[in-house]
Amino acid sequence: MGMAADPPVQQVRKDSERGLAVAFALTVAVLAVAPFMLYPVFLMQALCFALFACAFNLLIGYVGLLSFGHALFFGWASYLSAHAAKHWGFPPEAALLLATTCAAGLGVIAGGIAIRRQGIYFAMITLALAQMMYFVALRVPFTGGEDGIQDVRRGYLFGIFDLSNDLTMYVFVLLVVLAGFLFIYRIVNSPFGEVLKAIRENELRAVSLGYRTDRYKLVAFVLSATLAGLAGALKALVFHLASLTDVHWTMSGEVVLMTLVGGLGTLFGPVVGAFLIVALQNYLASFGQWVLVIQGSIFVVCVLAFRRGIIGKLGNALRVKL
Amino acid sequence: MVEIFGIPSQALLGQLLIGLINGSFYALLSLGLAVIFGMLNIINFTHGAQYMMGAFVAYLLLQYLGLNYWAALVVVPLLVGATGILIERLFLQRLRELDHLYGLILTFGLALIIEGLFRNYFGSSGRPYEIPAALQGGRNLGFMFLPNYRAWVIVFSLAICLATWFAIERTRLGSYLRAATENPALVRAFGINVPRMVTLTYGFGVGLAALAGVMAAPIYNVSPQMGSDLIIVVFAVVVIGGMGSILGAILTGFTLGIVEGLTKVFFPEASSTVIFVIMVIVLLVRPAGFFGRIA
Repeated sequence: MGMAADPPVQQVRKDSERGLAVAFALTVAVLAVAPFMLYPVFLMQALCFALFACAFNLLIGYVGLLSFGHALFFGWASYLSAHAAKHWGFPPEAALLLATTCAAGLGVIAGGIAIRRQGIYFAMITLALAQMMYFVALRVPFTGGEDGIQDVRRGYLFGIFDLSNDLTMYVFVLLVVLAGFLFIYRIVNSPFGEVLKAIRENELRAVSLGYRTDRYKLVAFVLSATLAGLAGALKALVFHLASLTDVHWTMSGEVVLMTLVGGLGTLFGPVVGAFLIVALQNYLASFGQWVLVIQGSIFVVCVLAFRRGIIGKLGNALRVKL
Repeated sequence: MVEIFGIPSQALLGQLLIGLINGSFYALLSLGLAVIFGMLNIINFTHGAQYMMGAFVAYLLLQYLGLNYWAALVVVPLLVGATGILIERLFLQRLRELDHLYGLILTFGLALIIEGLFRNYFGSSGRPYEIPAALQGGRNLGFMFLPNYRAWVIVFSLAICLATWFAIERTRLGSYLRAATENPALVRAFGINVPRMVTLTYGFGVGLAALAGVMAAPIYNVSPQMGSDLIIVVFAVVVIGGMGSILGAILTGFTLGIVEGLTKVFFPEASSTVIFVIMVIVLLVRPAGFFGRIA
């Protein structure tokens, strides 16, 4: 689909892997020190969105499918984990597991419907499906309607670690997000990932080579939905809250923005984009409606002049695939 | 009182009327989307915001210049259409060589900017727009009460839809347009200024959205967010109908409006989701949509 930046001059694979390893080590080092300098809740919020954006990028960056409805998985998983933790007394790991599994189920249904059409229609269908589930969330008593599910306890992880301590929670969130990130890295660099990229570049050719592209697209969609759900479920625990904002279409738009700013089809782009946009939102919170205008302007500027995104540009300059 | 399926006929016909009204807006908006998509290969996410601009500009013209509804019906589509032409020239023209998805993302960004600006200056609350004097009141048809303004909206939007269909399918200009959709390079070789045609087409589609906005102003309150939820429903309408056919877009729009209205009577909880549910069923049964080619 040509959505992603062109790959830089082919490098020896080793070089590229070394570059990635350095970048990964740097990221982990920064994130390990960060909670001592910055507000941990802000960092956890950014980490959740980073995982969300990475999950979204798995579809747009590596399969060329633009989902405009990823809030569906993010938001509903956050409702489920909040509900399980609050009303059913689930420990955090069980709440996360349940919510993530349900997100995978939603991914099977939504993906099965959406991949029946391509390109622009795919985007519209995902948006419409998410909007439908937004209205459902607005109506059913389970979600608490306008109030959402409040005062969710983080609880004790494995019955041992008290997550109400922000620093403990931070370590937990960081580990989960890193695991998700490495999982995506593994997917992208597997033979399965190569087929996904082939579908992105030329679906008809992939079909003619004998690949059942619909199945590959569905699996990719479900993986993406699952990880987006994990991110949403985590976010509910971090903030003790699941609310309508997480299922609204603006959330689907925000994840597009994060990924676009960081760089479509890059590994680190969505992470950087998520931190930037979350920081921007916190900084601009007092400016009210201008946030909308500024976000819109970033979209326009990125599409017109900055399609590779920050990490795409950086990787290009350093001649490493980041 | 007369009853149909155990529902008082007044309530049933009343909802049917509301359904037809909503259907008029779905038809006008999806028609504009289809026209724009045909020429530019872009799904115009800004469409909802442009519909909102139509309503707002009509409101502002009445408030500050005393320009009445009838004048607004002519002036507003021209004004908002002109901003569309500006958008096409400044932004969309640069995307021609790129993947269609960038067009969607860019117009989404523009929609956020427009909505954000209007919210900044006018707040989020709705403002009323009075029904023009000539169309106030209504008539009793014996079996139901029909407000004049609502009847006007249905008739007028149907007329606009059919006129658009006629212009595109039955006139010389329309044939140029269709030819340029099929093969722009060849049409250019015949000496027709295709880029200008593309620009004007976008302006026209935007004008249609603005016209729908002016008609909507007296029915719904004029507010900055009136377009953003509507456009997502219209996307579902477009998926159901497919964008290959002008008449298809019109027919699908009206039909879905009526179905939505009827759902409000028989199963009110589902009225906000029924169009999406229909979309899902159509995708499962007939993935190309009713009037679409597979895409």
